[in-house]
Amino acid sequence: MPKPEILDPQGKAVAGALPRLGFGQFTAVRQGKRFELEVDGPVTPEVLAAAAEAATQVLSNPVIEDVVRVADSEADAAATISSGNLA
Amino acid sequence: MTRIGVVTFPGTLDDRDAARAVRLAGAEPVALWHADADLRGVDAVVLPGGFSYGDYLRAGAISRFAPVMGEVVEAAGKGMPVLGICNGFQVLTEAHLLPGSMIKNDHLHFVCREQVLAVESTETAWTGEYQPGERITIPLKNQDGQYVADERTLDELEGEGRVVFRYEDTNPNGSRRGIAGISNARGNVVGLMPHPEHAVEAGFGPDGARGPRSGTDGLRFFTSVMRALVS
Repeated sequence: MPKPEILDPQGKAVAGALPRLGFGQFTAVRQGKRFELEVDGPVTPEVLAAAAEAATQVLSNPVIEDVVRVADSEADAAATISSGNLA
Repeated sequence: MTRIGVVTFPGTLDDRDAARAVRLAGAEPVALWHADADLRGVDAVVLPGGFSYGDYLRAGAISRFAPVMGEVVEAAGKGMPVLGICNGFQVLTEAHLLPGSMIKNDHLHFVCREQVLAVESTETAWTGEYQPGERITIPLKNQDGQYVADERTLDELEGEGRVVFRYEDTNPNGSRRGIAGISNARGNVVGLMPHPEHAVEAGFGPDGARGPRSGTDGLRFFTSVMRALVS
């Protein structure tokens, strides 16, 4: 997700469009990214840790973005790693 | 003769213009390929503009991992002059050679205009032939041109005289503090969003004092680095 202090021009444009389509109850929109990574075999803690590392080192730019969640999407109650634990 | 490398990534657009600017300044342009971890013995490197890797992931994010970039980062660390223009500037921030990052223009539109800049630092390898405070006009054309960094970084850049160019008259993309270009502490690495390589030859540049398309304000980037390399 774009960091809270970073202006999100795309989210602002979407926020401007929603009321015109009848969705007047939303006061702000921020737009982020979701990556789905696949592996052969089970999603082990090591795989999740590697995904978290990729998320902070490549998939996001820490200057402008926060990693908000790294999880096994197939396990519903997946282990969630907060961005604070990734550094 | 001074040899200046121009890197081509997949999706680079302005490598030919950059090479042409190098030649018009009196140096020898050397084509460098993203997949070759080889700078071919050049004296300086230009990372030109374009949309390397389609700007996928983030502008410059994938190019940063190209084999040639390992060599560029190492050479920059030893003092080799490196200039990043537009997408090249984005690559330099992703490679951590320069601080901050670029996000989408605040108004969401692609910008293409002749942009007036103030030259705020003539202490870099690429700006020695300008006058401090000089106003120059060169083209600006981008989608993700809004320079952002945290307040501490911005204070540091200003305090250390590392804001090299600032937008004049108007801020075309919402960049923090009107910053158009910056340098590293040593002054050998410079990045900017506008395009000096498109303003190097009368007849093909922005409108200038000598008539339509007469502007050649970008040429001194390249003569500056030639002088810096000699001294």
